[in-house]
Order: sequence, then structure tokens, then C-alpha cells
Amino acid sequence: MRPLLSVEHLTMRFGGLVAVDDVSFDAPARKITAIIGPNGAGKTTLFNCLTGFYAPSAGRMMLRHPARGEFLLERMEAYAIPAKAGVARTFQNIRLFPGMSLLENLLVAQHNVLMRASGYTVGALLGIGRYVHAEREAVARARYWLERVGLAARADQNAGNLPYGDQRRLEIVRAMCADPALLCLDEPAAGLNPRESAELNELLAFIRDEHKVTLLLIEHDMSVVMGISDRIVVLDYGRKISEGTPEEVRNDAAVIRAYLGEDDEEAPGRP
Amino acid sequence: MPRTAGAPAFDLQGALKDAGIVALIVVLLTGALVGFRTHAAGGDAALSYRFDDVLAAALLAFLGRLAILLLRARRTKPVLVGSAALGLALVVVLLQGSQTRLLPFASAPFNWTIALAAWILAARAAWLHWHAASELSNDARDALMDRLGARLQRSARFVAPLLLVAAITLPFLPWSDRRLLDIATLVVTYILLGWGLNIVVGLAGLLDLGYVAFYAVGAYSYALLALYFDLGFWLCLPLAGILAAFAGILLGFPVLRLRGDYLAIVTLGFGEIVRIILLNWYEFTRGPDGLSGIPRPTFFGLPMTRTPPEGGHSFHSFFGLDYSPIDRIIFLYYLALALALITNFVTLRIRKLPVGRAWEALREDEIACRSLGVHPRNTKLTAFAIGAMFGGFGGSFFATRQGFISPESFTFLESAIILAIVVLGGMGSQIGVVLAAILLIGLPEIFRELNEYRMLAFGMAMVAIMVWRPRGLLAHREPTVRLSDHAPPA
Repeated sequence: MRPLLSVEHLTMRFGGLVAVDDVSFDAPARKITAIIGPNGAGKTTLFNCLTGFYAPSAGRMMLRHPARGEFLLERMEAYAIPAKAGVARTFQNIRLFPGMSLLENLLVAQHNVLMRASGYTVGALLGIGRYVHAEREAVARARYWLERVGLAARADQNAGNLPYGDQRRLEIVRAMCADPALLCLDEPAAGLNPRESAELNELLAFIRDEHKVTLLLIEHDMSVVMGISDRIVVLDYGRKISEGTPEEVRNDAAVIRAYLGEDDEEAPGRP
Repeated sequence: MPRTAGAPAFDLQGALKDAGIVALIVVLLTGALVGFRTHAAGGDAALSYRFDDVLAAALLAFLGRLAILLLRARRTKPVLVGSAALGLALVVVLLQGSQTRLLPFASAPFNWTIALAAWILAARAAWLHWHAASELSNDARDALMDRLGARLQRSARFVAPLLLVAAITLPFLPWSDRRLLDIATLVVTYILLGWGLNIVVGLAGLLDLGYVAFYAVGAYSYALLALYFDLGFWLCLPLAGILAAFAGILLGFPVLRLRGDYLAIVTLGFGEIVRIILLNWYEFTRGPDGLSGIPRPTFFGLPMTRTPPEGGHSFHSFFGLDYSPIDRIIFLYYLALALALITNFVTLRIRKLPVGRAWEALREDEIACRSLGVHPRNTKLTAFAIGAMFGGFGGSFFATRQGFISPESFTFLESAIILAIVVLGGMGSQIGVVLAAILLIGLPEIFRELNEYRMLAFGMAMVAIMVWRPRGLLAHREPTVRLSDHAPPA
């Protein structure tokens, strides 16, 4: 099976700083690929390139949408990547719409579908078209996801009033409401307690298995990474230093060096 | 004096010193400004002194400061007695109307203000005296005000129809005269403009300091179309709206990538550019002379004039009524009301549509919007264009009502007042705009006799709002859609 996402020779320079240096990897369809690495390794920069917030200095990012064909992400504008190529993301520091209700947050995620149904506002304003029906479907989809993460009871409250863990979950299901083929999660387990992390694992596995979505995941929490990842890509100083299954990566000497530092006596003598 | 357990210690010497410093500051501030007065005597300027006013101000400041400090230390009785006595004495003397030197100041409004302040102090002291444990922390007060705002907002469902009925019946109430109707028309015009700007500032969160530019575009579109092409009001109204919306898009296209303060500066500049173009393009707009003879609107083709046109009817002759000049005033009032109601209806409707939710989402977090496939520029442009369109409607109404327009009417001050209405009412709140427009436009107009003091009161009210309700009078927001309104699938 061809990978959903192929990143080839991706490079991102900020002046003299090379944040992402010639990184290539594939994200297999309907699998969870984790991107790990020490702080400052270029993980979030990679995400920002993928989702159009940065224009990469070089490289190619090919997304093969199962229904809509192939997209070269580096050529698309930020808003078009989720709308057309079906790439949704969450943020390291949660970005909800805090002054709007949970339900409204999830409806904004379905903006483009609803916009088309509302005849770009004109139709719905004049009361023609099938907007009412489309909105009902959108609300049903939102209800489905809110119930999945146990937030349906608070649907009409402001998102900003949710506790931290719930905000994380809401951001993930908001991204899911955008109907993505590829879901990019930037440290979804940051700040969660062990029980919440376990719930998160379950949710991510559910998204992969039941909704056939490919996941790309930046994470520091190894219980999440090792627990659910199908593949792991390791970055250090912008370069890819390892790639493979969790088992392979766990035993890779280069990875251990990157995380634990070099052992002065042993390292030079190693074959 | 009841020494309640929690009453903080009171340091009389410190309090006197503090009050003395306040009095000194008042003397320094007012000494030169109030103490000396130049007036024309013969051909010369003569100097007169009013140090008694300075002294009175210092004394009152001293007493006021002392009272506040006493209240802070929960010594309520002396404040209650003192301020009530002062307030009562002032009111009695003022009501007698005699110009005695018993009064602290020479001008009556000042004395009334002092009396009012004394009464407020007395009320506060009485409140603290009998509700010793009711001191609210700032947070608790905020929460209380929010709950109050929420309740008011919810009651808007009942208040709004009442207001609407009041607005519709206003011209037929026994006490409404021409002056009241003129003020009401002005207030409704500002409500229309406030609602229009509310789309841009309140919903989309784009700080627009040049809204008056679209108002000007609307007014000049109508005036110029009417004068050059002899088009009627009802044809020009939509044209003016379209032209204003077009101006909005024209401005929005290059500048909407800016955010916050930068956008505010650029829109401020745009407002001035439009005014200056109108001022200097003499051949086209007649510059500072303005455009006069702008045709009045007709009632379905019937002019509101005393003498019917040749071979036609005017409003009163068609309906067989006696001519009355107030008919035209009432007609203009209803026209403004209809335009405002259309604005309100469209705004309320759009808020519940995806584009309205996208506006609010953009206000909340633009980056998150982009990550969800909302096109930021197009969405902002629609907000700008629709807001500008209503500004254009307001402008052409203004032109047809006045019959004369000049760039004078479209200064930055107008933008500032409209923005103040939106901010004061509570960003994004429709009923808040109504309330703020009545407060900011209606009250100062009604109290026009107090001329310069009304601006003082205006400033004081703005400061008070910024201290106690920094998010506006009615800042509570109701969700546009509720999960409970949609029954779960069977």
C-alpha cells in the first residue's frame, strides 16, 4: 500500500539556522506515525511546514488523499490544506475558540461544508437551499464526537471554561470534525495525568481504526508513543537520525545517544 | 459607633494627612485654571479672581477624601450623618433658588453635582452601615455583574419586542413633539451605525477606527447620484450600500493581513483619506462648500411636500389629509427605524450562519481558523463589506434627512462615537448597542441646555464604565446554536 504522506528532502531554514535538515519519511495510511526527538529538534517546524504555516525552503510533501487525489502540500496556502487536502492539526499550546461554546467550536471545523450548503450565505439568508438539513447533520457529527470524549453535557458552555485535559480532547475532536485524511497532533499528551494519557491512547487508536484516519504525532510522553505508535521517526538537530517500529527505535544506539548524551569513554571505541 | 469585629483600625492622623494632600493637589490643579479668569472689559482683557471657588473645591475634596477613608475603615456613622446633612442642605438651598453665598460654587450644575456626590456617599455609608458583611471582592463583583448581564441578555427576548413596540408607537405618544422625534431619529441612526460597526468590531474583532468613511461614501454616493443623474432615494439606497461595500472591499483587500493596532491605524488613515478627498476634489464634490439640495425621500413616489408636483399628488393630498410638517419628520423616523431593523435582522441571521460563526472564530483565534480551513482574508472581507454596506445605508439616510452634506460631518469624532457605542454596549451585543446609543446620543441631546457639562458627564460615564465594566455594559454572549435545541437522533 502506498503511504498517505511522503515527505522528501524537506528543509526549512530561518536565516542561518537550519531547523529541518533534509528530512524524508513516509506516513503509512491508517497508521500512527510518531515524531520524537529532544527539545528543539525541529518537530513543530516540520508540522508547520506540513500544515502550510511555513513555506519550506526545499523539499516535497506529497499527500495521497484516498478520495480526492494527490496534493503537493508545499504549494498550497495554509487555509487550503485542511479544506482541500484534508490535513487537520492541533497545537502544542491549545488553540480553541475560548469564547465560543463547545458545539460552536466543532461547527467552525465544518465551515467549508456548511458554507457550501448555505449557498455562501446568500442562499441561507434568503431561506433557499438545504442549509437547515446540512446544519442538522453538522450538529449530529459534533454530537457524535462530543459523546465520544464525554463532553456532550457541556456542549453549550464556553470552551475556555473547560479543564485542561478536556480542552486537549476537544481540540482533537474539533480537528476530527474537519473530516481529515491526515491528523497531525502536536504533543496531545502534554500536561495530562496518566489516566488521561491512557484515555488519549484509546481515543487515538479509535480514530485510526474506526475512522480510517492516518495520524502523525509529536509526543514526549513515551507511554503514549510506545503504546500506540506503529512507526517512529526520530529527529535531532533537524536531521532524521532513526526510523522504524517502536522496538527498533528503542534499541537504536543513535537514539539513545541523542536522548541520554554521549558516553565520553565508550563512544569513540564503539565499532 | 458600632465597632464590628472585622473593622480595620483607623488612623485619624494619617487620614487627615492624606485628605490634606488631596486638597493640596486640588488647589494646585484648580488654582490657575479656576482661580484666575480673564474677561473682556471695554476693549481690554481684565483679570478677575475666583479664589473662593478654589477654596470650596479644596474643602470639598478634603471632606470627600476623608469620607472615603472613613468608609474604608468602616466608620460609617460620621460619613452618613455628614454627607446626608451636606446633601440635604445643598438641595434645600438649591431648590429655594436664591443666589446666596451659602453655596460652594457660583454655577448651579456644579452645586447639583456636589449634592449628588454627597447623596451617593450617604447611600454608600448607609449600605455599609446596615450590611456590614457585604463587602465584595473585585472578582465576586465581576461575577455578579456578569450574572446580571447574562440575565439582562436573556431578558432581551422580552425587552426587545417591548422596545420595538415603544419605538413604533413613539411618534403617536401624546408628549412626542418635533424635538423628541428629531432626537429619536438621530439615536436610531446611531443605532444603525452601531449595529453595522458591531459586525466588524464586535463579531469579527477587527478594530476599525475609520468606519465613518463608509458612512461618508454612502452619503456622497446618494447625493452625487441624485444631483448628477437625478436618481431617486429608493434607487440610490441600494446603490449607496453597494458602493460602500465596494469601498470596504477596496480598503480591506490590502490591509486585512494586518492585525490589532496596525489595522486600527490603517483604518484611521483611510477614514481621513476619504474625508480629505471629499474636501479637495472641488469640481466633483464641491469640497468644503458641501452639497445642498439633496432630494428628500418619497413615500412610494409621493413627495412629502406642501404643494403637490404638477399633475401629481403629494403625500397629504393623496391620502386626503391636511398638510402637517411633522408628517415628514415621522416618515424619516420610520425610515431610519426600518433601516436599523433590517440591519439587526440580517446581523442576527448571519450570526447563526457559518460565516457569522467564522467571524467570531477569527476574533477568537485566527491561527486555529486557518488550521480548520477557514479562509481568513475572505471571511474578514465579508465582515468588512457587510459592515460597510450598513454604514452606507446610514450615510444615504443622513444625506436625505439633512438635505445638505459636507466633509465636516465625517470627521474622526464620528468614528470614535460609533466605536464608543459598540464598546460601551458590549462587543457583539445587539441590545447593548441600543442601550449605549440611547445613553451616548439620546441623553446628551436631551440635556443640551447643560451644554458643556454634558461632555463632562459623558467623559465621567466612560471612565466609570471602563472601571466597572471593562467589557461593556452587556458583554454576555449566548451561543448561536445549542445542542439541546437539536434532538438526538432516534
